[in-house]
Amino acid sequence: MNSNKEILKEKEYTILNLGPTHPATHGIFQNVMKMDGELIVEAEPTIGYIHRAFEKLAERRPYNQITPITDRLNYCSSPINNMGWHMTVEKLAGIEIPKRVQYLRVIIMELARIADHIICNSVIGVDSGAMTGFLYVFQWREFIYEIYEELCGARLTTNIGRIGGLERDFTPLAWEKIHKLLKEFPEGLKEFENLLVRNRIFMDRTINCGPITAERALQYGFTGPNLRAAGVDYDVRVMNPYSGYEDFTFDIPLGTNGDTYDRFMVREQEMWQSLSIIRQAVEKLEKMEDKTTFHADVPNFFLPEKEDVYNTMEGLIYHFKIVMGETEMPKGEVYHAVEGGNGELGFYLVSDGGRTPYRLHFRRPCFIYYQAYPEMVKGAFLSDAILTMSSMNVIAGELDA
Amino acid sequence: MSSLTQEYITEKLQSKFEGAIQSIEMLHDFLTITVEKSSLKSIMKFLHDDESLNFHFLTTLCGLHFPDQAAQFGMMYQLHNMPANFRIRIKSFTNDSEPVFDTMSDIWPAANWQERETHDFYGFRFHGHPDMRRILNMDSLVGWPMRKEFPLEDPFRGDKDDKMFGR
Amino acid sequence: MSENNQKLEGFEGPGFLATSLDKAVGMARKNSIWPLPFATSCCGIEFMATMASTYDFGRFGAERLSFSPRQADLLMVMGTISKKMGPVLRQVYEQMAEPKWVIAVGACASTGGIFDTYSVLQGIDRIIPVDVYVPGCPPRPEQIIDGVLKIQELVQNESLRRRNSPEYQELLASYGIE
Ligand code: SF4
Repeated sequence: MNSNKEILKEKEYTILNLGPTHPATHGIFQNVMKMDGELIVEAEPTIGYIHRAFEKLAERRPYNQITPITDRLNYCSSPINNMGWHMTVEKLAGIEIPKRVQYLRVIIMELARIADHIICNSVIGVDSGAMTGFLYVFQWREFIYEIYEELCGARLTTNIGRIGGLERDFTPLAWEKIHKLLKEFPEGLKEFENLLVRNRIFMDRTINCGPITAERALQYGFTGPNLRAAGVDYDVRVMNPYSGYEDFTFDIPLGTNGDTYDRFMVREQEMWQSLSIIRQAVEKLEKMEDKTTFHADVPNFFLPEKEDVYNTMEGLIYHFKIVMGETEMPKGEVYHAVEGGNGELGFYLVSDGGRTPYRLHFRRPCFIYYQAYPEMVKGAFLSDAILTMSSMNVIAGELDA
Repeated sequence: MSSLTQEYITEKLQSKFEGAIQSIEMLHDFLTITVEKSSLKSIMKFLHDDESLNFHFLTTLCGLHFPDQAAQFGMMYQLHNMPANFRIRIKSFTNDSEPVFDTMSDIWPAANWQERETHDFYGFRFHGHPDMRRILNMDSLVGWPMRKEFPLEDPFRGDKDDKMFGR
Repeated sequence: MSENNQKLEGFEGPGFLATSLDKAVGMARKNSIWPLPFATSCCGIEFMATMASTYDFGRFGAERLSFSPRQADLLMVMGTISKKMGPVLRQVYEQMAEPKWVIAVGACASTGGIFDTYSVLQGIDRIIPVDVYVPGCPPRPEQIIDGVLKIQELVQNESLRRRNSPEYQELLASYGIE
């Protein structure tokens, strides 16, 4: 009775190659997915499609020329990267930064955080089918670009600040724009939130989409908003305050189950906190007697005024030394971390006293937490996987170094 | 939880791994411990597992290359105990020209890709790693780019005249 | 703008215009380009800004982004192309149907930019032919738009037979593209 035998058939899976240029993903991410119908059984990410050899490049560049490289790490929030790098060098060289400069830097960094979260959150909206929010809120990102332009002349890859301070003081127009942002941005952000936060469709789409537990997140080295969405209150600004963050009062927003909705909400709340930090910083600066300092007094690192370069011997020598990279650096190794748009952005710098770093390693939060992606999308629908990826805010520049 | 101190950690390590600790120093604000390569893994495991040390978070890791030293290749790990907010850096060097380190990816899954990256950059191998392939570069790349002798620029470029660039 | 918006030349009368097919097709094509944004890194974010409300790329007839190469006319390469990415880019180019145009946005796509390293392709024109280069790191949205307007000019003035010409075949052959 052969015909009565049970027919054993292997389950058939489909292999779907998502990326590197797939209509649904932003940027260059490739995932080879094993699909059971519309469910993901396994995902295997390939990265490195825009590997640009930052760490190698940094070994051949004088310290001040590394700032433009850091711009291109997480290009959605380049000012934070720039500041992080300056602070690393300042730590190595033992430079004390005046309080006023620290607060100015805080303003810049928080502006960058807002700009970063604007992109991420509005793109979550786009991926769940809500284009309008993106169009509304991007105007505010444009406005922040305008402030950047006023501070440094560039929009995206800012190269803002110098080792030892800022390149120039805030102009009156910059202050005006910052005040305008403080006054009008809350309304714009509120409008954006009204569109999404309690939107039934958006909530159905994002709640329980790509969750991760706090424990797993820690094991995978999550930091930043993604870790906080899972419920761990780790924020470098509070744990290891830098640049005067200890003087500010702000909350660390937390999520509970680390899904897309929580990540969205954490970023949303962080924008409000950033606004409040900027407001506090502006107040503090207004109360401060010192109204002009914008760099520390370190002629060895900070370029002298052009006036002095042309007219004084000393100025010329310092200028020459800095430009030619002849400044003596102390030997040693330092690690400095800042809270970047995506989490703990660390710089591990080994100096042998030469004009370039001996070794510079970037701790790139994206690279570390993107490893968890296959685990997070296992058993999910394909469309959820795409939403999960955009809510993790994986930035190709930071991912691939 | 009581806060950790440098003395407590060093004492604890020294009593447990006598002889394996090569140096203990404070570099800026960072406690840095250099250890023997053979006991690297067990020290890391101890740091992770011990209740009172509890270094549960792997911040970062990277390879190092010092061609002038006898022990030219090394690894650097940074661990973080978040509740006590204490960070520690572990280094280990070897004079092997094709070094093999033990993987940490079974203790911290976060080490998985970082070790692949280190493999990609330096050519180290990690014993016990689930998937030891290049990660960032193409598989067809010859050589290990972060080693000091590797040229930064593409050596196959024909359009650069060295006379003009003064190199 | 004026030269770009030039009126069709031809024999005009009340309610009709007689012109050559070339020109009519050129005008139609010019104002309905479907771009394929091949955004890999930082320049892609500036492209986002170009698309968003302030600069509104859609004003130039290129509202509909085609994410599939098969239906696209214009390949916009924005960002660093590494050697690992090179073959992918080439494949995308090959999949596009003729006529097709390519614009290299940003220093990286044009020349490799600041990344003169072992892993970065030193300009996409090493693997595919490029029509317009846009300088800048990243270019401002105005620059990107200007580049696209330049492409529109090319599109408008291109003869219908150019793609069959021996020069064009030779160009493709020099890149090893069938
Ligand atoms: S040209 Fe500049 S901004 Fe554009 S991708 Fe290259 S590095 Fe980034």
